[in-house]
Amino acid sequence: MNSSVKSPTLPATAAPVLELRGVSVEFGSQKVLQDISVNVHRGETLVLIGESGCGKSVTTKLLAGLLEPTRGEVRWDGRPVRSRSAREMHRDRLRFGYLFQGAALFDSMNVFENVAFGLRENTTLKDSQIRDVVMERLREVGLAEAVAEKRPSDLSGGMKKRVGLARALAMSPDVVFYDEPTTGLDPVMSDVINELILQTQLNRKVTSVVVTHDMNTVRRVADRVVMLYPLSRVAPGQPQVIYEGTAELAFESEDVRVSSFVRGEAGARLKEMYAA
Amino acid sequence: MSASLLDTDPTPIHTVGRLVTNFIIAIGDLTRFLFLTLGGLLGQLPRSRVLWPVMYEVGVRSVPVIAVTGLFIGMVLAVQTYDTLRMYRLESRIGSVINVSLVKELGPVLAATMLAGRVGCAMAAEIGTMRVTEQIDALKALGANPISYLVVPRFLACFCLIPALTLIADGLGMFGGWLVSVQMLGVSDHFFWLYSQQFITAFDVVSGVMKSMFFGAAISIIACHRGFHCGSGAEGVGRAATDSFVCSFIAILVLDLVLVILLNNVYRLLWALGFTVL
Repeated sequence: MNSSVKSPTLPATAAPVLELRGVSVEFGSQKVLQDISVNVHRGETLVLIGESGCGKSVTTKLLAGLLEPTRGEVRWDGRPVRSRSAREMHRDRLRFGYLFQGAALFDSMNVFENVAFGLRENTTLKDSQIRDVVMERLREVGLAEAVAEKRPSDLSGGMKKRVGLARALAMSPDVVFYDEPTTGLDPVMSDVINELILQTQLNRKVTSVVVTHDMNTVRRVADRVVMLYPLSRVAPGQPQVIYEGTAELAFESEDVRVSSFVRGEAGARLKEMYAA
Repeated sequence: MSASLLDTDPTPIHTVGRLVTNFIIAIGDLTRFLFLTLGGLLGQLPRSRVLWPVMYEVGVRSVPVIAVTGLFIGMVLAVQTYDTLRMYRLESRIGSVINVSLVKELGPVLAATMLAGRVGCAMAAEIGTMRVTEQIDALKALGANPISYLVVPRFLACFCLIPALTLIADGLGMFGGWLVSVQMLGVSDHFFWLYSQQFITAFDVVSGVMKSMFFGAAISIIACHRGFHCGSGAEGVGRAATDSFVCSFIAILVLDLVLVILLNNVYRLLWALGFTVL
């Protein structure tokens, strides 16, 4: 790992809940990730930052078991994912809640059916019990019961994200993944989502992995920040993870790639673009 | 491969080689997808609240278009064949020509083609959109197997309901043929049905229905496969729908030829064994 990488603030003795070991991902001829290693510790909120296309969402999907690496190993609770049977994978994946970038609500279902989906598929709860859980989750994310009958197409961006969060929380997960939770939202709604992430963390003691470009989100929710750099711009022999440490230290980083990103300064990139 | 080879323009042999390789890869991938679907089918049957809406979409909502197609094809066949048969004073046999064509070939193939157009394209587009908008990942994240949840119900619906749709196409085609031949062109009602009855065997009907089941399976697998491998954006979804129809149509024609040869051999074997009722 690069010398500019900072040490994590959490105790190194805590066993990682999720772990990537020397993972590379290629889609056909396109290389997205190369030899990256990331740990997520129990109870922490890890925030993944980096330029668009650097592989943040792919990293999150690898951690959640939604993608398989081309090379390297993904571990959950210290055990390789590949060593799990299909039944074990199914059981262990239910410990995760996932808020997708565009919420990924099922178009063919209304809000109630979306939030109830995991419960219906994986539990033997009665309809009345499922209804109670769904309504509780909707209240938890600040949505009125009347929303339950609406279709995803009738919802605003912020409401979709909150329904997506309610759906992710319906099965009471231990780990919650948030893929760009505030992207495309107005500043007030972004703050609402950030608050919900914090409240979820406080009330449920979950482990969280957040992918974001929003530095307010980074400041508010991150225990630890990992920054990825696009593989196309990584110099040969250099690591793709260019920062790992606290949010505060990221803003003080001497690595111009990190500091210019967290401050939102185009600087050298602009010159490169014009030169190209 | 050396850089010099990659740098040169591909020769026709390279191009053919690449096309053949891609074709073999595509067939292999499709076969794997079929086995995954059959595995999902053996694992657990879809829940009724998932299966019934798909059955309704594939079966009930396809009836009007298949009925209209069957009806008009029967009528057109009657118009087209009447003059030729009349030249040889064989117009009374028009029922056998129309109805044998319908039951053995046109009914199954037309029903399958309409299903590929109406249902297959919609399936590819729907699943493709789900892929593009990460809804398939969401299914996995929520503990559902996308193959079992999306593909198995569609496979079952197409496989089980296409025989009914084929029989509807056959029936409406016969009615259309009768309408034109008997009511408009003055062919004897008695001979129309007499020759139909003499020339159509139970085996023809059964083989037509059996062929349609293979067509239905192929349509659903190809459509879902294209949806699952959809490219990004609206263009990717559109291409998945188009590819689904083109590949399904080719598959229907190829399967038709293979199954006709196979079923004819089965018929000869059964006839030799004395199953004369067929």
